[in-house]
Amino acid sequence: MDDPLLLARAQFGLNIAFHILFPSLTIALAWILLGFRIAAHRTGDAGWLKTYKLWTKIFALTFAMGVVTGIVMSFQFGTNWPGFMNRVGAIAGPLLGYEVLTAFFLEATFLGVMLFGMNRVPAWAHIGATALVAVGTTLSAFWILALNSWMQTPAGHVLDGGQWIAGDWLAVIFNPSFPWRFGHMMIASGLTASFVVAGLSAWRLLRAPADDLARRTLRTGVLVAAALAPVQAVVGDFHGLNTLEHQPAKIAAVEAIWHTEKGVPLVLFAIPDAQARRNDYAIELPYVASLILRHDPGAEIRGLDAFGDDHPPVAPVFFAFRAMVGLGVAMIAISWLAAWITRRGGPAPRWLLWTLAAFTFSGWAATLSGWIVTEVGRQPWLVTGVLRTAEAVGDITGAELGASLTGYALTYGAMFAAYMVVLTHLAGGGAEAAAARNLPGASPAGAAAG
Amino acid sequence: MDLALVFMVLMGVSVLAYVVLDGYDLGVGMLMPAAGADEQSVMVSSIGPFWDANETWLVLGIGILLVAFPRAHGVVLGALYLPVVAMLIGLMFRGVAFEFRMKALGWHRELWNGLFWAGSFLASFSQGLMLGRYITGFAPGFGYYAFAVVVGAAVCGGYVLLGATWLVLKTEGALQRKALAWSRWGLAWVALGVGLVSLATPLVSETVRAKWFDFPRTLALMALPAACVAAGWAVWRSTGRIARGGGGGDWQPFAGAVAIFAIAFLGLAYSLYPYVVIDRLTIWEAAAHPSSLRVVLAGAIVVLPFIAAYTVISYRVFRGKARGGLYD
Ligand code: HDD
Ligand code: HEM
Ligand code: HEM
Repeated sequence: MDDPLLLARAQFGLNIAFHILFPSLTIALAWILLGFRIAAHRTGDAGWLKTYKLWTKIFALTFAMGVVTGIVMSFQFGTNWPGFMNRVGAIAGPLLGYEVLTAFFLEATFLGVMLFGMNRVPAWAHIGATALVAVGTTLSAFWILALNSWMQTPAGHVLDGGQWIAGDWLAVIFNPSFPWRFGHMMIASGLTASFVVAGLSAWRLLRAPADDLARRTLRTGVLVAAALAPVQAVVGDFHGLNTLEHQPAKIAAVEAIWHTEKGVPLVLFAIPDAQARRNDYAIELPYVASLILRHDPGAEIRGLDAFGDDHPPVAPVFFAFRAMVGLGVAMIAISWLAAWITRRGGPAPRWLLWTLAAFTFSGWAATLSGWIVTEVGRQPWLVTGVLRTAEAVGDITGAELGASLTGYALTYGAMFAAYMVVLTHLAGGGAEAAAARNLPGASPAGAAAG
Repeated sequence: MDLALVFMVLMGVSVLAYVVLDGYDLGVGMLMPAAGADEQSVMVSSIGPFWDANETWLVLGIGILLVAFPRAHGVVLGALYLPVVAMLIGLMFRGVAFEFRMKALGWHRELWNGLFWAGSFLASFSQGLMLGRYITGFAPGFGYYAFAVVVGAAVCGGYVLLGATWLVLKTEGALQRKALAWSRWGLAWVALGVGLVSLATPLVSETVRAKWFDFPRTLALMALPAACVAAGWAVWRSTGRIARGGGGGDWQPFAGAVAIFAIAFLGLAYSLYPYVVIDRLTIWEAAAHPSSLRVVLAGAIVVLPFIAAYTVISYRVFRGKARGGLYD
């Protein structure tokens, strides 16, 4: 396996998939922390302050993971995809540049004040710093998703001597799929964070059923999740309709529709066979795909055969989509059930705690699945209709790529293991243990919160 | 307006900002093994609120290279591929070790301390390697690689100087006394490194030789080494004065160290200008499409004053001597 294109793709995929785990948690967790912080200030309740401090530690750890893996990302465009920068750099460059200027400095600077400045600045300034960190993470997502959406559904670009440049920046940024993608990703982050909050609190309650603070955060997580999960399904549906309009080959792959037909069934499950170009062991609902996608059971939908060879591989897109939607439906069910059972604030039954604990990282799984649908579904294009992935690869040798890929994989493995250990320890031990762990010299944290 | 030149200056400023700012926290990381356990906590506290923003200057610098000089970006990062990966792995371990060590106890904490040191060292050394390879235009051959290793060691020494003088500024008592001694060691190392690099650079690069030995400009150029020696002398004197108990002025050694870096950087910029890749690509040949340069410049002009302002705010919030516990 020394094909540079394959290795470059594998390396980029590994890096971004690892990176996105942490932003998808920090973006929404920052807003949840702002809520905790304001509650602590408004009510003067020491419990909220303790909660804020515990989750700030988890946030800080996650943020650090996001920052260091993000720095790797910023080197990847040039090293792995010089063709990308040569052809569309005049559009991609400024979007990335604005992300650094408006988002990264903001979040990185105020993070310091948020984490370590509580006793050094007045309460309003500390709340302000917390809010600015949240704004920064969201702005960062805004810019990077503007770029990614432009790559999916390009608009506003004009050709100037072999190079694409922006004719109209507003059209580039607010390209056709951007509003849906940004909305869908923000809610995905909200679901990821709320299931982590609920799941880790459930984990704590399984070990210490009397922990009042964990009961409170469990409720917070469950309520946020219950509010967001159904909205995500609706937004996702509109996102899909938008994709059908702009990237029909992707939807044909998502639904495993090999041939253009009328009255297309919805494939619930199948094993797509790329050789024979058909589905094996298919379980189908007749006419439903036409109904969902065109709101007419008899409507014609273009199949993969309409795109020649220019369509993505079917199996990864097909399965990843089903994983995402399946998890989305499960999230609706679990969050509503949990919200109902805990509505009077009483203790949750153990089976519910176990379920929530099992779903702690379901947001990660759904987010990664969603990105696989989006990114693999764009192939063979890097920028739909503008630039092919194969045209963008650089001249880094297979050996160099292999060496760096190995280095990254080992580093990520070690970092991830350590992250999970500390996360479960912090959460399992609850707020007191977290304060005690901060020794030496840091006992004021626990005392002040006490 | 010459956009390529404007962006060259912007890139230079962010790289210098990165080297000085992340330089001091990498330096503190490299000094960890020389301190006791309680002192290590204070050292980490002194950089805790800043390291993330410091590293963002690297992202900005590399971002400008990517946005403004895309062709150079491909050549430079392609040629430096492996040291860049090594640096990134170093930065990763360091960044997370910092968080993990605060949450760990016993041998776990020792492990993360070790990784914090190793990551800082790996990142600093690879940056030096990259600089060494970059000045010589990525020329192949043993001598050039040996040169890069020397520059790697010199950069480590320079960062140790920055880190030690930063600790003089941010600590007191026994730790500050140690930091004063480290500063002098760092200074000696830097003197050696700057001297060697200055001797070797004109030898390995004809372009640089031609620029340096071009009378009468050479005479004006002598102001740079003279200023460098003066800054070094200032560091030596101020550390001596503080060690003898002459109160106040704890910022002086750090200011001197920053001055050394700024002067060395100017010298380097003078030697390389107008190339982004020496002898191969000038800034005008490598510059991106003017349309993208204009939008980024407009944004930078609006945003950079804000960045400067809140950076100042954050340093003011955390002014004064650092203490052990961070999260309080
Ligand atoms: C939807 C959100 C999202 C996505 C798709 C990406 N990032 Fe990211 N990134 C963030 C959201 C984010 C964030 C929320 O702003 C982070 C994560 C955690 C954090 O600490 O900041 C961050 C950190 C982060 C940093 C460190 C910033 C700092 O120093 O504070 C860099 C350099 C990048 N990212 C670069 C990238 C690149 C080049 C990407 C694309 C290929 C990318 N990120 C995808
Ligand atoms: C955040 C979550 C993301 C994930 C999990 C993700 C995942 C992936 C994966 C798995 C691939 C490989 C697809 C294939 O080769 O078949 C890929 C390709 C790519 N993606 Fe993303 N991506 C994400 C976001 C982004 C963003 C935000 C950008 C740009 C702004 C981007 C740009 C690219 C590029 C340039 C490629 C290279 C083409 C390729 O490898 O095929 N991605 N991504
Ligand atoms: C429940 C029903 C859901 C539907 C109908 C749905 C629909 C979609 C569609 C059609 C896409 C691909 C769009 C494209 O590439 O053009 C997508 C992508 C994505 N989905 Fe979902 N989704 C659902 C649930 C979820 C959940 C629960 C999460 C995570 C918690 C999630 C996270 C993502 C992400 C991160 C992407 C990639 C980014 C993007 O294109 O927006 N989705 N979703």
